[in-house]
Amino acid sequence: METKELILNMGPQHPSTHGVLRLILSLNGETIVHSVPDIGYLHRGIEKLAENRTYLQFLPITDRLDYIAAFPNNLAYCQTVEKLMGLEVPPRAQYIRVILTELNRISSHLVWLATHALDIGAMTVFLYCFRERETILDLFEMATGARMTFSFFRFGGVADDLPREFIPKAREFLEAFPACIADYEALLTKNRIWLARTRNVAVISAEDGINLGMSGPSLRGSGVKWDIRRAAPYAIYDQLDFEIPVGQNGDVYDRYLVRVEEMRQSSRIVRQCLDRIPEGEIRAQVPRAIKPPAGEAYSCVESPKGELGFYIVSDGSERPYRLKVRAPSFVNLESLPVMMKGGLVADVIAAIGSIDIVLGEVDR
Amino acid sequence: MSAEHSEQSEQVEGLPDSCKNLIARLRGRFPGAVGEATTLRQCADELTVRVAREQIVEVCHFLKTDPQLAFDYLSDLSGVDYPDREKRFEVVYHLYSIPQGHRVRLKVQVAEGEAVPTVTGVWRTADWHEREAYDLLGIPFEGHPDLRRILLPDDWKGHPLRKEYPLAGYDGD
Repeated sequence: METKELILNMGPQHPSTHGVLRLILSLNGETIVHSVPDIGYLHRGIEKLAENRTYLQFLPITDRLDYIAAFPNNLAYCQTVEKLMGLEVPPRAQYIRVILTELNRISSHLVWLATHALDIGAMTVFLYCFRERETILDLFEMATGARMTFSFFRFGGVADDLPREFIPKAREFLEAFPACIADYEALLTKNRIWLARTRNVAVISAEDGINLGMSGPSLRGSGVKWDIRRAAPYAIYDQLDFEIPVGQNGDVYDRYLVRVEEMRQSSRIVRQCLDRIPEGEIRAQVPRAIKPPAGEAYSCVESPKGELGFYIVSDGSERPYRLKVRAPSFVNLESLPVMMKGGLVADVIAAIGSIDIVLGEVDR
Repeated sequence: MSAEHSEQSEQVEGLPDSCKNLIARLRGRFPGAVGEATTLRQCADELTVRVAREQIVEVCHFLKTDPQLAFDYLSDLSGVDYPDREKRFEVVYHLYSIPQGHRVRLKVQVAEGEAVPTVTGVWRTADWHEREAYDLLGIPFEGHPDLRRILLPDDWKGHPLRKEYPLAGYDGD
């Protein structure tokens, strides 16, 4: 019997592509011969907007990159402007930034685990994860007034001090959370169906991952022990104890294990910060009009997705001359065709979930 | 507004030793192709080196394979538009070394209509970055395996990150 390749369009409207992502799959039966991601459906010209906004006016737009985790966006952007201007951030503000950013890593990983498990068919985990995420969002709302798009960090510090009831509430969450992670793991880590759907699926080697520019947990799943919080410590990460979990096989399962462990490590970081947070100023003396001296800087953070960096060229005016966002989801997505090649069409969903992309950041 | 702002003078003197070593190795290997080196204050991770367009691939390949430098990771690649300059575009490469933990930024100047040799053969990740620079700024990359728009539709007119491109687009929508 004569057979031929079938072209299958997946997306852009498809719930398990996590946003408006379109994949053009070439199939031989159920096997993926070739795949081409088609992106840009959510392109809003954010870098063009940056050139037409003052530095402060652009801050709320950074929330709309990775909207699942807006604090790291605020942080990476503020950090780059601070580097250009040579601003020092007071210690209390550094602690507040790290507490919120690490809680945001947990809430981002919870959204990832919830949707990733749901895609593969484990609905209970979805409901549990969203329950705990809700507690974190309540904490964010208490501190910033917003649940997702915070715009809370400022050049040289943060917008406001933490309210008094924040620290006890955060401790309460950290007390309860380890048991929650244990529950997720009890449902998945040794579950035969989960293992069958994730082990040896969408494998990528460390070498290919680096060559393709992957970063964050997606690359650490392949055994590359590289985390910007440790490799080039910013804020106060050089004073904090935490482990960098890595996988071995570079499959969907190892990326799962890495992120689950990262939630534990982030809890550890937040606990240390709550114990040690000093009194003092929450913002440095900053000129009213932000006009970084002419020059350029690149600064990056370890966002929940990977290396999130801003490259800003300043001409000395109140608007960036050029602003480039180095978005981890954009680069990580580039590796998807490599990890899916030769796999099964049913595993596409598992592969997409395992690199944890956010289209707001891919398309910018 | 001055478009000449990044024309800083050579500041190698005050640089950390790691940067001096990198510049010395590059200049030793590629005399003539490696231009001025600058940085932001004394930040070792802000070292910027200008490279001749024709030799960008060789320079990148050397930076990646030299065991002391080991720039195995292309962190980012982007374009910047300076319409007042004779060569209006700058292609900016952000390199990182995972084993060595150091960074360098390379810059190539390119005039309108000139193509930059692709570095996809050195780092595969350059594929999408170069497509983006082509899409948003109209900089062509010679030898690129699949040079087409990436964020905008194929039939889009113009390149939005060029300075003359209006914020609201040519049609006002």
